[in-house]
Amino acid sequence: MSYKAKFRVWRGEGGEGKLEDFTVEVNEGEVVLDIIHRLQATQAPDLAVRWNCKAGKCGSCSMEINGKPRLGCMTRMSTFEEDETITVTPMRTFPVIKDLVTDVSFNYDKARQIPSFTPPADVKPGEYRMKQVDVERSQEFRKCIECFMCNNVCHVIRDHDENKPNFAGPRFLMRIAELDMHPYDVADRKDIAQDEHGLGYCNITKCCTEVCPEHIKITDNALIPMKERVVDRRYDPLVWLGNKIFKRSDSKTR
Amino acid sequence: MEIERHEYDVVVIGAGGAGLRAAIEARQQGKKTAIVCKSLFGKAHTVMAEGGAAAAMGNVNPNDNWQVHFRDTMRGGKFLNNWRMAELHAMEAPDRVWELEAWGALFDRTKDGKISQRNFGGHEYPRLAHVGDRTGLELIRTLQQRVVALQQEDYAVHGDYEAYIKVFAECTITRLMKDGDAIAGAFGYWRENGSLIAFDAPAVVLATGGIGKSYVVTSNSWEYTGDGHALALLAGAKLINMEFIQFHPTGMVWPPSVRGILVTESVRGDGGVLRNSEGKRFMFDYIPEVFKDKYATTEEEADRWYTDQAGNRRPPELLPRDEVARAINAEVKAGRGSPQGGVFLDVSTRLPAEEIRRRLPSMHHQFKELADVDITTEPMQVGPTCHYIMGGVEVDADTGAASVPGLFAAGEVSGGMHGSNRLGGNSLSDLLVFGRRAGAGAASYVDDLARRPKASEATLTEARNEALAPLERAGENPYEVHHELQRTMNDLVGIIRKADEVAEAMEAVEKLKERARGVGAAGTRIYNPGWHLCLDLRNMLLVSECVARAALIRQESRGGHTRDDFPGMSPEWRRRLLVCSATDDGDTVTVEEQFQPSMRADLIALFDRDELSKYLTDEELAEYDAAVAAVAAVKE
Amino acid sequence: MTQTTAESTARRQRAQLKVRTLRTDRWWLAPAVTFAALAAFLVYGFWAIFDSSYFVEPYIAPFSSPCLTTACPEGARLFGWAPVGDWFPLPPGILILGLPAGFRLTCYYYRKSYYRSFWLSPPACAVGEPHKKYTGETRLPLIIQNVHRYFFYAAILIAAVLSYDAVLAFRNHEGEWGHMGLGTLILVVNAVLIVAYTLSCHSCRHITAGRLNHFSRHPMRYRMWMFVSKLNAKHQQLAWVSMFSVMIADLYVRLVAKTVITDITFF
Repeated sequence: MSYKAKFRVWRGEGGEGKLEDFTVEVNEGEVVLDIIHRLQATQAPDLAVRWNCKAGKCGSCSMEINGKPRLGCMTRMSTFEEDETITVTPMRTFPVIKDLVTDVSFNYDKARQIPSFTPPADVKPGEYRMKQVDVERSQEFRKCIECFMCNNVCHVIRDHDENKPNFAGPRFLMRIAELDMHPYDVADRKDIAQDEHGLGYCNITKCCTEVCPEHIKITDNALIPMKERVVDRRYDPLVWLGNKIFKRSDSKTR
Repeated sequence: MEIERHEYDVVVIGAGGAGLRAAIEARQQGKKTAIVCKSLFGKAHTVMAEGGAAAAMGNVNPNDNWQVHFRDTMRGGKFLNNWRMAELHAMEAPDRVWELEAWGALFDRTKDGKISQRNFGGHEYPRLAHVGDRTGLELIRTLQQRVVALQQEDYAVHGDYEAYIKVFAECTITRLMKDGDAIAGAFGYWRENGSLIAFDAPAVVLATGGIGKSYVVTSNSWEYTGDGHALALLAGAKLINMEFIQFHPTGMVWPPSVRGILVTESVRGDGGVLRNSEGKRFMFDYIPEVFKDKYATTEEEADRWYTDQAGNRRPPELLPRDEVARAINAEVKAGRGSPQGGVFLDVSTRLPAEEIRRRLPSMHHQFKELADVDITTEPMQVGPTCHYIMGGVEVDADTGAASVPGLFAAGEVSGGMHGSNRLGGNSLSDLLVFGRRAGAGAASYVDDLARRPKASEATLTEARNEALAPLERAGENPYEVHHELQRTMNDLVGIIRKADEVAEAMEAVEKLKERARGVGAAGTRIYNPGWHLCLDLRNMLLVSECVARAALIRQESRGGHTRDDFPGMSPEWRRRLLVCSATDDGDTVTVEEQFQPSMRADLIALFDRDELSKYLTDEELAEYDAAVAAVAAVKE
Repeated sequence: MTQTTAESTARRQRAQLKVRTLRTDRWWLAPAVTFAALAAFLVYGFWAIFDSSYFVEPYIAPFSSPCLTTACPEGARLFGWAPVGDWFPLPPGILILGLPAGFRLTCYYYRKSYYRSFWLSPPACAVGEPHKKYTGETRLPLIIQNVHRYFFYAAILIAAVLSYDAVLAFRNHEGEWGHMGLGTLILVVNAVLIVAYTLSCHSCRHITAGRLNHFSRHPMRYRMWMFVSKLNAKHQQLAWVSMFSVMIADLYVRLVAKTVITDITFF
């Protein structure tokens, strides 16, 4: 039932460090995070790892397991061969604080740059009336647990640190889409999506969707529809003309 | 060693639902507010809440109103609740939910576009505002985004996002600082690099959640180490109702990675049966005398119930939660448990695979994803899991103020609201209602201050030494002490309690306290989980001692406190609350009895005399008769 | 920052891992296969466009339809038209090729596949890309990808023509209805797949109702959106099968036209 597994874990502070080898007991039914915890309890008490709910609901234990962004608590040991060496590293796109813990403040900065939900001034709490079909798209995006693995895997910033100031990452472009599709939001978000948050950097290679533990269709349901909305605004002369003729300058009313 | 100092009007400890709502309120009242949390912003345990937020909006059934909600809450808490809190909660919950919507929350909708509400155990009408089964996530995200919205407002005015509200994430508070009797601030450390930090603030709001990490099997996350409970005790505040802990009878016990996670009751409602290691459907042996005529006595009759509920009695798997939990407990103790210390909950031999997937999609998914168990082909292993503590800091219902000036508490860390047992759905609304009240209470306390309290240098030094001590010791591994505490509490002060076992637990805790003084942490101060655990141990031990002491004193069974040696509920005990206090070094914990005040006349008149007669003493029933007469007189 | 974390003394950096990826699976397989398949399609397309055996009664090869010059045989012309006349010296297929090619080139799915397999940007998830700089679709030339919806409009026309061609394939050599051969079947299947691929387009999804914020006020458009969304979930699969079907159909017609093979007649 139980066996000894070979682990290679990134250890180090502030980016400097190396992969350290461990041999550690694995029991039936365990996940990678359990093994990391066993290392803490038996071999490396100061091994740093972020975690919280252990049920795939809080998005704290994002790491890279054999090179793939995964939640430690949702990666079962039974998916590996017993003689396989399992390499565990911190998320690559963010600076390392220590071991598997990264500085994810990039994400919180971006969150703050996106204008908040902006309802019409005359609607009072309790007066909101929305149909289920009208909220379902945004509800899908609100399933996001903010594990930031989509931002981590996105090559726009993963491979090009210099793009960070101009690109909010899939998580926050999806947030813009969520608000833009909200039946009561009146702010204009198309131009900022393109100009300030770098929607154009996205080349829809879909890695964000591939790694999403909540199985949100980030690319198909948020990023591409948002790109199409930007096209309406910026690149489609017919829509522009139509809006001029029919005076539908505020697409929000539709 | 440098200590980073910050000055704020209000410091909120904890960034779950209650903490964020409190911080939002304090900031909206113009107070400079800090939010301090152990995890990253937005990761708090509130995300785990699934069912919904109870609020009598009457969107689905227009007969619902706050009085009905109030009645349900009091019944659920077996009338031990602080009635004023239950009243405020029921009255204000709808406004708090509507407010979330104006901040961007997207609840599921009714056909006419209002917030949909769902049925839940103990609620008379459909009442829980929800978003699928992730309502907690919606709530925390909405509040988080509201904090950001306020920061954007401040940025527009002051050019600084953090002018009036700032989040200190991954920062743990280890001590509240006082000046004389009053709160003067809080002291802690950055988890990230171990450097020390002190807040000078006249008002502190505790919103740290529960204590589940003192138990092995719990649905709670690592943060639930009873920090707020312990900080309050050490600052001189009182804890009430600490013996009342809600255990859910069916949590997952295997595999270890998901131990404690809830298995919804509808598995049993849809035909799931409980079996022991001998394959026996044991619940038939555990039907108490009072339920004999309501539950089936043979498997044949029980099985017929699923198709014909009128002509047959219910299967015993559907007995009340505490009965089921007690039975599971007894089977495991008798050595008939599953390999990992639970029993088997089997639906695979009861329903076709297709039917299981259709009726229990989320359970099927949960077991498949987390445990690699296919519930259509194999049984689940389940056992009771520690879920929620009803007890907590004794507060003033209207302001959330504790007995120490400047100290406030809201959410799970506060006590009284839920009495001896919490209804599902009442915790999310509790967070919002009392989070806001505590924030407002703190703001108005700051307004009325003549002089800002200031912590002395000695206080700071003491707090600093305490925090750094484990790093300077090469002592025992804290993980071992923690594990032993969890085992002790789980086995001896768990769901079913006996005087001798609880007494044994108290001795064990005493020994563990001794060992905890010697635990040490290897490594540096940078993100060192071993060190963090050393510091959390103090809190867990302190809280565990309160739970054990109170559990030993209360000689009755009520809600979340079941005494094997005192199985009945006693009206005499209903009038008595158990109040814990501690010396400021935490060495000595005392528990005293306190008189439970009578309900206000118009509130008690909402109940039937028949119902109350089960709970109240004769003396109280006489008061009830007078109250009803008085209310009737007013109406005339 | 929304949250404040303690300032660290040293400037923080990423984990200094030198390798491009730590993935242990065969991550290169998918881009390699995609590369091979797309390259094969390009090669075939290049050959086909210069091949003149595009018509044999009653079949017209999809790559060359509609035929718009007088160089085309009467039967190959759409409704007998030849709007371009006789001045166009190159193979007539080139005139219309740009439309379906543009549609597929700017398609959100094909973009993913060739950015990954040809441009290696990135070759696979969590595998480093070889380029020093990356600006994506923020500037010329790639900003032109935003014209996708116009190619979609054109693709609708092309899909209609191919469907019409498939219907005409139910005639025999004398132009009488009631014929069906293997070629007919292939053209019909191809037309269905092309139509499905075209309608599953992300721009189409946006145009039906994706651009609206209140589905409930536009029930008809919402139902169309639901239908397109279902197709859209299969956009990738449809992109591939329709690509192969159009290639097979095209090749089949040409081989019959060259009399390399003989069409099997069902009735």
